[in-house]
Amino acid sequence: MSMRLGARKGSVVLAAAALVAGMAACSSGGGSGGDQVEITFLTQNGEPGATAAQELVDAFMAANEDVVVNLETQPPGAEGDNLMKTKLATGEMADVFHYNSGSLLQALNPDQNLVDLSDQEWADSLVEDMRTVVSTDNGMYGAPWGTTQAGAVMYNKPIYEELGLEVPTDWAGFMANNQAILDAGTAAPIIQTYGDTWTSQLFVLADFANVTAQDPDWAAEYTAHNRFYADQPALQAFENQQEAFEAGYFNEDFASALYDDGIRMLATGEGAHYPILTGAGAAVAQNYPDNLQDIGVFALPAQDAADTRLTVWLPNAMYIPNTTEGEELEAAQRFIAFALSEEGCRIQNEVLVPSGPFTTDLCELPEDAAPTLTDVQTYFDAGLTSPALEFLSPIKGPSLEQITVEVGSGIRPAADGAALYDVDVEKQAQQLGLEGW
Amino acid sequence: MTTLVASRPSADDALKPPKRRPIKSSYPTWFYIPAGVFYLVLFAVPTFASLYFSLTRWTLFDTEFIGLDNFVQFFSEPMLLRGFTNTFIYGFLTSGAKVVLGLLLGVFLTSQIAARGYLRSVVFFPVLVSTIGVGITFKVLMDPFDGLINSGLALFGITGPGWLTDPSLALFSIALVDVWKGVGIATLIYIAGIAAIPPEYYEAARVDGANGWQRFWRITVPLVRPATTTVVLLSLIGGLRAFDLIWAMTRGGPGFTSDVIGSVIYKQYQAGFYGLSTAGNVVLFVVVTAIIVPIAIWFNKREVER
Repeated sequence: MSMRLGARKGSVVLAAAALVAGMAACSSGGGSGGDQVEITFLTQNGEPGATAAQELVDAFMAANEDVVVNLETQPPGAEGDNLMKTKLATGEMADVFHYNSGSLLQALNPDQNLVDLSDQEWADSLVEDMRTVVSTDNGMYGAPWGTTQAGAVMYNKPIYEELGLEVPTDWAGFMANNQAILDAGTAAPIIQTYGDTWTSQLFVLADFANVTAQDPDWAAEYTAHNRFYADQPALQAFENQQEAFEAGYFNEDFASALYDDGIRMLATGEGAHYPILTGAGAAVAQNYPDNLQDIGVFALPAQDAADTRLTVWLPNAMYIPNTTEGEELEAAQRFIAFALSEEGCRIQNEVLVPSGPFTTDLCELPEDAAPTLTDVQTYFDAGLTSPALEFLSPIKGPSLEQITVEVGSGIRPAADGAALYDVDVEKQAQQLGLEGW
Repeated sequence: MTTLVASRPSADDALKPPKRRPIKSSYPTWFYIPAGVFYLVLFAVPTFASLYFSLTRWTLFDTEFIGLDNFVQFFSEPMLLRGFTNTFIYGFLTSGAKVVLGLLLGVFLTSQIAARGYLRSVVFFPVLVSTIGVGITFKVLMDPFDGLINSGLALFGITGPGWLTDPSLALFSIALVDVWKGVGIATLIYIAGIAAIPPEYYEAARVDGANGWQRFWRITVPLVRPATTTVVLLSLIGGLRAFDLIWAMTRGGPGFTSDVIGSVIYKQYQAGFYGLSTAGNVVLFVVVTAIIVPIAIWFNKREVER
C-alpha cells in the first residue's frame, strides 16, 4: 500500500479496530442547535497527527464561537483508504477530512466527490508542486496540513562521531559504513521493522529521486506503461535491499519489530541507520525529546554519487466533500482557512515538528530547527530533491509492502520481486482506466 | 462483508432436501411475506448482485462492464496459487487435527474422571473468545524475542523459532492456534456422539475379551461416524474460508507466505479492486461448494450403507 505522511502505526490493534468497528464508525455532523453551526473534522488516529488535529479544533473553536467542530478519527493506511471511499460513496463523509495528496487522492475521484477550493483566499499561496498533487484538470481540492518530508536514511549521529564516519553519498560508501558499524559491534547497522510492513518499502520508494536523476522521464513513461521496475535503473533499489539483507546488516528482530521499535533503536543508538520518512522526527520529539539532536538525515545513496538525490513527500491535505452544503460549507471553509492562519501554522510547527519546507507561503519554519529539518533543508537549498513516485504518477500497486518484505527477508530474489510488482501495478492502472494498460 | 454474501449460500445448498414434493401449505400466504422479504433483500439480492459486480470494474463510484476479465485477472494473480495451496493445507490440517484431538478429548471427557463438568467447560472456553482477541494475544505470545513462548523455551536452553516470522512456519503456527481455539466444538460433538453409544456394546465386548484399544477402534470409532461427519464438514468449511485469525496474526505475511484465498480477496477489496475481489468471492464460493458437496454426499452414503 502507499506511504503515509503521518506516523502510520499499522499495528494489529488498528487492524482489529478497523475490522470490528470499521463499518460502524461513521457519521456526519450538520445538525445545528440554535445559531451555532456544527461540523465534523475527520483525521487519522496516529500520533502526532491526532494531537495536532485536537489542538487545531480547540484553537478554532476558541476563535469562532459560532461553530462547533466535532473531531472524528479513523485508522490510517489501507483500512482508512477503504473507509474514505465507502464514506464518500454513501454520502456519509465528515464535513472536512484529512487525507493523502497525490495518487491516493486521485483514487477518491475528486471531480465527482469534492468541493473545488481554488477560489479560496489561501489558494494562491501554494507552491506549484503542492497545487499539482491536490488538483485535477477541473479543480483544486486541498489545503496542505504539515510540511514536506523526505524518504531518506535517518541516522544516529553519536555513532557516526564515535566511529569517525562520514555521511555517504554513494551506495558503496553507505555499505562501507554499515560494515564499520557491524565490526564495532555496538549497534545494528540498518534498522528494519517488518512488523509494520509499510516501513519495508523505503529502500524502493526513497530511491526514486535517484531514478529520476538517471532518467528524468521515468515517471511519465511509467504511467504510459513504457518503463518497468524489472529494468534498471529502478531495479537497483530492490537489489540494494537484497544486498543489505544478505550482508547481515539488519537488526536481529527485523521480521517482528514495529515502527515504534525502530524509532527507539534510532533514538537510543541501538541501530545506526533507519530508512524511513523523516516525519519520524516528530515521533522522536514526542517519545525521546532528549535525543532529537542526535538524529540526522541523508538521502538514500545511489550507486553513483552524482545521481544521489533526496526523495520528497508532499504533505497530506484537508478536503471538503460536496455533501457539505450551506452554512456548514461556509464553516468548513473557515476551518480550513484557519488551519493556514498564524495560529494554524504555530500548531503545525510545534506538534507536527517540520521535517521539510512548507508548501505554502503562509507558514514559516521555526528558528530553532532540529537537525532532521536542517539536513533536509540542505538538499532543498542545493536543488538536489525530487518528488516521490506517488506524486508524479497515479499508479501505486497495492502489494509493494509485501514484496519488499519478501525481498528484504531473503524469501524472494530482487529481480523476481521487481517483476512481481510490475504485474501488481497493472490492476491499479486498469482500475484507474489509464491508456496503454 | 462480501465474503459473507458470497459464501452464505454454500450452507444452504448442502442442506437442501434431496426431493421436493408439493405440499399443501399449512399457513396463509401473508404469513410467509416477512421472512420472504427478509430472505430476498438480505440473501437473494446480494448474491445475484455479487454475480453481476464480479463482471464489472467497480470503483464504488461507478461500474464498467468488462465481462469475464476479473476472473481472468483473478486466476493470473501470482499470489493466488500460493493462496490456494495454503488454503488447502490449512483447511485439511486443521480439520484433521480437530477430528483426532476432538475424538481423543471426547473419549477422555466421557470417562469417569474427577471434575468432568469443569474440564469439559475448560476445553470449550477458547471457542467463546473472540477470534481477533485470540489472534492478537497469540501474536504477542509468539513474538520471537519478547514472547512468553520463546522466553519459556529459553529457560530450558532452547532457542525458539520465529513462530510467525519464519516463512516456513507461519502458516503452521496459525493452524496450531486455530486448532486450540476450535477443538472445543469438535470435542463437544464427539462427547454427544460417544454418550449416545449404548453401554451394552462395551459390556459385550469386554465379556468377549476385547482390550481397550479394540473397544475404541471397533466400537467407538465406527459408531461416532455421524459426529465425525459433522466435525469434518464444519471444520473444513471453516478452514477453507479462514481469514480472521490469519489476518489478526500475520496479515498473510511475512510477505505472501501465509496468504490464503480469504486474505488475497480481502487485500484486493482493501486496495479498491471491488469488482475483482467480488469475482474472487464467487470463485471461493464455487471452490468451497465443489469440495464440500462431494464430501457430504460421500459421508452420507457411507452412513446409509452401514
